Amino acid sequence: MKKMGLLSKVYMILIFSFMYVPIAVMAVFSFNESKSRSNFTGFTFDWYINLFRNDMILSALGLSLVIALVASVIATVLGTMASIGIHSMNRASRSVIMNISYLPVINPEIITGVSMMLLFVVFKNWMGGKVFGMPTLLIAHITFCVPYVIFNVSPKLRQMDVRMWEAALDLGCTPVQAFFKVVLPEIMPAVFSGFLICLTYSIDDFIISYFTSGTLQTLPIAIYSMTRKKVSPEINALSTIMFVVILSIILFVNAQDSRKQKKNSARR
Amino acid sequence: MKLKSKICAAPYLVWMVAFIVAPLLMVIYFAFTDKEGHFTMENLSGLSQYSAVFIRSILLAAIATVICLLLAYPLSFMLSRLRVNKQRIMLMLVMLPMWMNFLLRTYAWMTLLERNGLINSFLGLFGIGPFNMINTQGAVVLGMVYNYLPYMILPLYTIMVKIDNSLIEAAEDLGSNLFHKVTKVLIPLSMPGITTGITMVFVPSVSTFIISRMLGGGSNMLIGDLIELQFLGNSYNYNLGSAMSLVLMVVVLLCMSVTNMMDGENKEGGVI
Repeated sequence: MKKMGLLSKVYMILIFSFMYVPIAVMAVFSFNESKSRSNFTGFTFDWYINLFRNDMILSALGLSLVIALVASVIATVLGTMASIGIHSMNRASRSVIMNISYLPVINPEIITGVSMMLLFVVFKNWMGGKVFGMPTLLIAHITFCVPYVIFNVSPKLRQMDVRMWEAALDLGCTPVQAFFKVVLPEIMPAVFSGFLICLTYSIDDFIISYFTSGTLQTLPIAIYSMTRKKVSPEINALSTIMFVVILSIILFVNAQDSRKQKKNSARR
Repeated sequence: MKLKSKICAAPYLVWMVAFIVAPLLMVIYFAFTDKEGHFTMENLSGLSQYSAVFIRSILLAAIATVICLLLAYPLSFMLSRLRVNKQRIMLMLVMLPMWMNFLLRTYAWMTLLERNGLINSFLGLFGIGPFNMINTQGAVVLGMVYNYLPYMILPLYTIMVKIDNSLIEAAEDLGSNLFHKVTKVLIPLSMPGITTGITMVFVPSVSTFIISRMLGGGSNMLIGDLIELQFLGNSYNYNLGSAMSLVLMVVVLLCMSVTNMMDGENKEGGVI
């Protein structure tokens, strides 16, 4: 292949700096002594210490993790079961269900959030009492997560050889045994990646949570309320920590992947 | 046998009807009724006074989408021609900012664009400025481009890795210049990526309310801000808010059918 021209190299560097300079600036200013966002006056860890003393942020982080974990587990189970059910349906009903499942994916998030909020408001007017809170937040998160599980698991099910399942039944498995011993191990990678997608979407979600959480604060909602108070260098510290965490997760996954690849090629 | 496994989908079907279909029906119901629950068209007809906001949202989102496309197209092509192991690293670099919460990414620009922010004090070293950058429409577009650029790069890249280099070389051999190589070979072949990228940038841009609030100040309201005001802000009017949401959904659907049409035309061209 031809070597890349100088021009395209410069172009790539420009675009990547556009993407990374703001993040880098935040990281640098997270160590800034003063609250100024243009002059670096001195080095300090104070904002990090403040951050870990900030109860609002810590409890929001806790809530986000709990919601993400519970919602992802439920969504994964629900979505995997749904994929299996949908798999054995005829084409017409399958495409209707798939198209409806697409709605939360293609709809703007604000519409999904607002529509669920309306549903909960109507329910509240009808039942009375306090409705918004943990349950509504969970329902909302599960709802926007399940489609991703289905879209991950369904193609894997289609790839699977039906004869494996039939062989298991012929050899005396009950359908339930056959599912857990044959089908589930086969689709497990897709189920797991669906689970991971749910986890990241749920932790990252702001808009839908914003409309369905009532007074509860997930981490993104807490970040939002921090950004409203103009100057708060703790945000810089938080961003830097998040960036480092994400970077290390990605590097770890990548290292794992390339090790697997090496193993595979060695086997060959 | 088959019947039994169909039952597995039952819990999800119930969930889907209760939490995907019912809420959307609720939006339609609220859009066409007044506070007492009587049928009315007033919510929808009353939207005409907000037409400036609607037009601004669509315009700003369209500008951001075009800029994203222009920035991402050459980049995606360059990425797709790199060596495979380099591609992996670069792709990671594209995706990394996506995993950061978008509130934090937008906040980063808020501090950069401020009147006494870093960009202005940097320009001040050369005796230029200070410029009024934050709370302008330009800042909102910048925020959209910054936040959604990876959503344009990824689909474009995915389609471009599949384009065989020999096709481009063949065009070269047959005497194409750069312009013809791009318009006659590259763009038709990458059309599905272009259309996916356009929807993936336009839809969140046109419906955002965070970017406009953080970078646009109070004066550059978008549809998203209006809707948010009706549901959680001071206006509190679910019926009006639902009508706005309905219009927003129509805008999004229109955008998707336009991009679908672009795809369709391309397919016909491919057959010929």
